[in-house]
Amino acid sequence: MAESELDRRAATILPAGTPAPDFALNAAPDKKLRLSELRGRPVILVFYPADWSPVCGDQVALYNEILPEFREYGAELLGISVDSVWCHAAFAKDRKLRFPLLADFEPKGAVARMYGAYRDQGGTSERALFVLDSDGIIRWSYCSPIGVNPGADGILNALELIAGKSTSTKTESFRASATEPTP
Amino acid sequence: MSGGQLTPPVSAEEHAAGPDEGPVTLVEYGDYECPYCGMAHPIVKAVQRALGDQLRFVFRNFPLAEAHPHARLAAQAAEAAGAQGRFWEMHDMLFENQNALEPADILGYAKSIGLDIARFEQDLEAGTYAKKVRDDFRNGVRSGVNGTPTFFVNGERYDGSWANEEGFIRALRDAARQVVEASA
Repeated sequence: MAESELDRRAATILPAGTPAPDFALNAAPDKKLRLSELRGRPVILVFYPADWSPVCGDQVALYNEILPEFREYGAELLGISVDSVWCHAAFAKDRKLRFPLLADFEPKGAVARMYGAYRDQGGTSERALFVLDSDGIIRWSYCSPIGVNPGADGILNALELIAGKSTSTKTESFRASATEPTP
Repeated sequence: MSGGQLTPPVSAEEHAAGPDEGPVTLVEYGDYECPYCGMAHPIVKAVQRALGDQLRFVFRNFPLAEAHPHARLAAQAAEAAGAQGRFWEMHDMLFENQNALEPADILGYAKSIGLDIARFEQDLEAGTYAKKVRDDFRNGVRSGVNGTPTFFVNGERYDGSWANEEGFIRALRDAARQVVEASA
């Protein structure tokens, strides 16, 4: 893959510092999940091209395995692809996934487009990662070459960074509230 | 993510085959129940034969236990065998019998390679090496392991193909040549 193409794609996804666009997608046939409902804790958005494809399978298996470590940071992980809820349900069951898969199905790829992570050629999302802080601000984003599993080290580094920041915020708000009566 | 770096670097306490001072260190993060690691096993053996004294091979655990329910116990079994000086014997047994990794099977392998069975069983029951296996996994994630097997050549993640034996050997010989030339 040419470097310039990588740069171009990396440039199209929403960068760190951007407020994450809100959305509501189906996590199950009868259940919608709205991103803003998760305010108050870090969120990891994992856009991936397709259920059942070999690289995506490895990627979700890896994240399923590392889930306890993500949860240590209080983080929620959401997988997103253009597959339908029924496809997601079968994939999640087969791989014993313990995090939600969201169906960016109708209008197709609308959420991926909002994040600059839609791929016209192929009609799927990119393999893109976003780590949001508890205020819903994107703190880190990364677009992987489509055939390369990006692993989890970047996610963990971002969560560590956010945890460092929110620890100091906590200290500040603790100091600020010290003069006020405890609610 | 991109261009993983092995963290921590290889230490003297690890399971290593081959000389410490050779020009190439190949590290595998693997899972005893993973079929791709099973496929890689004979290829690694061929690579070791081809490179001889030029290569040190190190194995670290990366059990994907959600997908492979026997992987964690198998990893602990190899560690427990290692505590008795028989790591590679157990490592080979496990990879050569990937479809038989129940506790009774593993106990059978321990007997066949001549381990002190009481000590081995006690180590597994007490989870003596559970933390070691978990630490390997965490370090692997931090190093950029993105599936199994993931290889590192002289500390850099190897993103080339390992399935092609000749190509893998060529890449490792190139790495050896670079080190030898750099030190000349």
